[in-house]
Amino acid sequence: MEIKSRIVMTLAALMLIGLYYQPFWTIDMSAPQYPEGIGMYIHINDVTGHNRHDLQSINTLNHYIGMAEIHKEDFWEFEVMPWIFGFLIAFGLIAAAVGNIKLVITWLALMVVLGILGFVDFYMWGYEYGHNLSPDAPIKVPGMSYQPPMLGCKQLLNINACSWPYIGSIYLGLSVMLAGGVIWIEKFSKKQNT
Amino acid sequence: MDNKKSNTLRGLLLGAGFIAVAAFIFTGCPSQQSMFDSGDAAQKVYVAPGEHDEYYGFFSGGYSGQLSVWGLPSARFLKVIPVFSQDPETGYGYSEETKPLLMTSYGFIPWDDSHHPHISQTNGDADGRWIYINANNTPRIARIDLQTFETKEILELPNTGGNHASSFVTSNSEYVIGATRFSIPYEMDLDVPIDSYSEEFRGALSFIALDPETGMMEMDFQILVPPYNYDLGRAGKGPSSDWVFFTTYNTEEAHTLLEVNASRNDKDYVAAVNWKRAAELVRNGAGETMSAEYYHNYYEGNQGIAINDVKDQVTVLTPQDGQNFIYFLPTPKSPHGVDIDPTGEYIVAGGKLATVIPVHSFSRMIEAIENQRFEGHVENIPILDYDATIIGEVENPGLGPLHTEFDGRGYAYTSVYISSEIVKWSLETFEVVDRIDAYYSIGHLMITGGDTKNPDARYLVGLTKTAKDRYLPTGPKQNHPAQLYDISGDRMQLLLDFPTIGEPHYAQAIRADIVTPNVKQIYEMEDNDHPYALRRVADNRVERDGDVVRIYMSSTRSHFRPDNIEGIRVGDTVYIHLTNLEQEWDVVHGIAVKGANNSEILVAPGQTKSIKWEPTRTGIYPFYCTAFCSALHQEMQGYIRVSAADSDVPLTWSTGGN
Repeated sequence: MEIKSRIVMTLAALMLIGLYYQPFWTIDMSAPQYPEGIGMYIHINDVTGHNRHDLQSINTLNHYIGMAEIHKEDFWEFEVMPWIFGFLIAFGLIAAAVGNIKLVITWLALMVVLGILGFVDFYMWGYEYGHNLSPDAPIKVPGMSYQPPMLGCKQLLNINACSWPYIGSIYLGLSVMLAGGVIWIEKFSKKQNT
Repeated sequence: MDNKKSNTLRGLLLGAGFIAVAAFIFTGCPSQQSMFDSGDAAQKVYVAPGEHDEYYGFFSGGYSGQLSVWGLPSARFLKVIPVFSQDPETGYGYSEETKPLLMTSYGFIPWDDSHHPHISQTNGDADGRWIYINANNTPRIARIDLQTFETKEILELPNTGGNHASSFVTSNSEYVIGATRFSIPYEMDLDVPIDSYSEEFRGALSFIALDPETGMMEMDFQILVPPYNYDLGRAGKGPSSDWVFFTTYNTEEAHTLLEVNASRNDKDYVAAVNWKRAAELVRNGAGETMSAEYYHNYYEGNQGIAINDVKDQVTVLTPQDGQNFIYFLPTPKSPHGVDIDPTGEYIVAGGKLATVIPVHSFSRMIEAIENQRFEGHVENIPILDYDATIIGEVENPGLGPLHTEFDGRGYAYTSVYISSEIVKWSLETFEVVDRIDAYYSIGHLMITGGDTKNPDARYLVGLTKTAKDRYLPTGPKQNHPAQLYDISGDRMQLLLDFPTIGEPHYAQAIRADIVTPNVKQIYEMEDNDHPYALRRVADNRVERDGDVVRIYMSSTRSHFRPDNIEGIRVGDTVYIHLTNLEQEWDVVHGIAVKGANNSEILVAPGQTKSIKWEPTRTGIYPFYCTAFCSALHQEMQGYIRVSAADSDVPLTWSTGGN
């Protein structure tokens, strides 16, 4: 691998550090009573409100339709994800240091597989969260479930919920693009040149 | 003959023609003009739904004892802040937290008469941190926090009768002032014949120091003055910012039928006090400590139960020869307001029985003091020569000029009570340049951003005393009106006429963007330092200590915890301490208990409030949430079982069968 590729790969690995500081996903909710908006951010190790007490308000509202409360402690993912990304950063740095393009390809493949697994996990959580409703719920709407959208917007009773990637995902995307670029240069464009 | 006749006829026809044209000019045009004006006026006060007004208006409640908050220019009513009167709507003065605020050296007083709100200042401009307001009847000053729009502190003024010349702050909020309107014997609780007025009665000017960080008040000193009526006051600005000014009437020292006996003198006085010099004298020990009893009521932490700090002495400064801190400026006649223009140079008195508006010059006053141009002394207070301090007399101001504010562009606006109008006059020529009707009998007026070094001077509000035919009639007693005028142009223009709450005396308006960034949306639960707060839902409980039962209750949408309580006995004193655990803006819960001889309480998000209840009969007592908080608000209820005094029903509490 060229020195330039190594630097780019180092950058790709270091990009992931951003995920420790910025949420990578947001769920925005709007309703007539919430002109100021309400919502939550998903970090690799936490779930927080858009505003300081939004999570408390979301839990309060959701109990009417029997949804479980959201508490950070209930997510094993928040324990695991920081380690996974730690591992990926280390792996990526090693790949850059060693300069082995196969390691880079493996790294990128790992990222893609973990990304898909992440989406599957997010979907399963969302399904559970939206369907597993308390039988004691004061408000029951026949046939209604409250699974939040994976991507995009969905009207759930009075609330329009939108699910979008957030700043952390930009780091993630840049990281994937940089690694992809390294592979492209090393494997394809180089061959044409030589 | 014929010729003469036809000449006469021609003259007659010509005259009729003139009258017809004149009638058209004087009746036709003005009505078209006013149609044009009112369309224009409607646009100027229109604030679209969801949009915000540009100014907060704070109107005193007068005999309501409260302070009402309005949006200007739309005149949207925003809120009543309870201050000196109990307010069953919110539980102010009924809850355990707020009852101590209304304590005085005369015991608990459920009412007062609030007059002159004044916003705290920094460098001569309103800073929007706190607003102070006086109680006229049982002399007090309150501080309202403009983060929460709640009354946080009340200080009683000792040995004062009628705190009317209050609560004006100095230009860096060093002091807020108060004064005696009805002179009384200064010595505490002195029992003397009323006709010993001149010998035994005295006035007191109060200087209350303000803490620059917290806005908290402390009675620093009082100045003992002759037994006149001290009516209104203002602090100086810029060059005069070390001074405060008070008007006096009844320099005749009458104690009966004042309408006649206090209207004899051609001139009364404006008292000019160099507060900085007076404070220095006090620091250097010139004051004397006298016994007094007065209450200082405030919260020690963020919230909790207000405390009564009872004081037993006060520092009093009696003017002595050569102390040079207080002077009298002769001023015609029974002056009401004394108002200082934005440059700090002009001292305008509203001589309510005078035929002119007298204008004193601050720099001429200082000169007169230096040159000792005195025409006499009263109780060691030099009386300055009228001609030495006066700089102008505004002629033809109407009948009964009262109060003046300024636009910062060289004009003054004076309210005129008897002729029911506002006159605009020039500070250069001292001539009236415009006048406009008030509906009816105007008291105070105020200018947006007024009584500061830099008034915004977009609008003027006139606070009038009778509505008569202005609105749909509401019986023999109607609410007091206010009128909003546009003063941005050469001529004043009436924009709006609206009924208010109570009887607003003075009002102030401040640009909203100075206040809104600091307004709180919730009380943070983690800062809740109330001794009976419920920090976690799981801690809800009932505790008995002898005959006192304390219910630590939480509210969240849409239930109370606990909501079933048994084991209360007739003869118990029950306190319900309700903590609203919500942390969302404007999600308010309340509670009321059947048969409780008390009001409801409303509890803001993150706040703890308590009501006292002494059940006198056995039975089942429903309680419920009084604020429509949520979709299942109607389900937000509970029961308390009250058993006989000798019953052995155990004390239990539960929610949802747990």
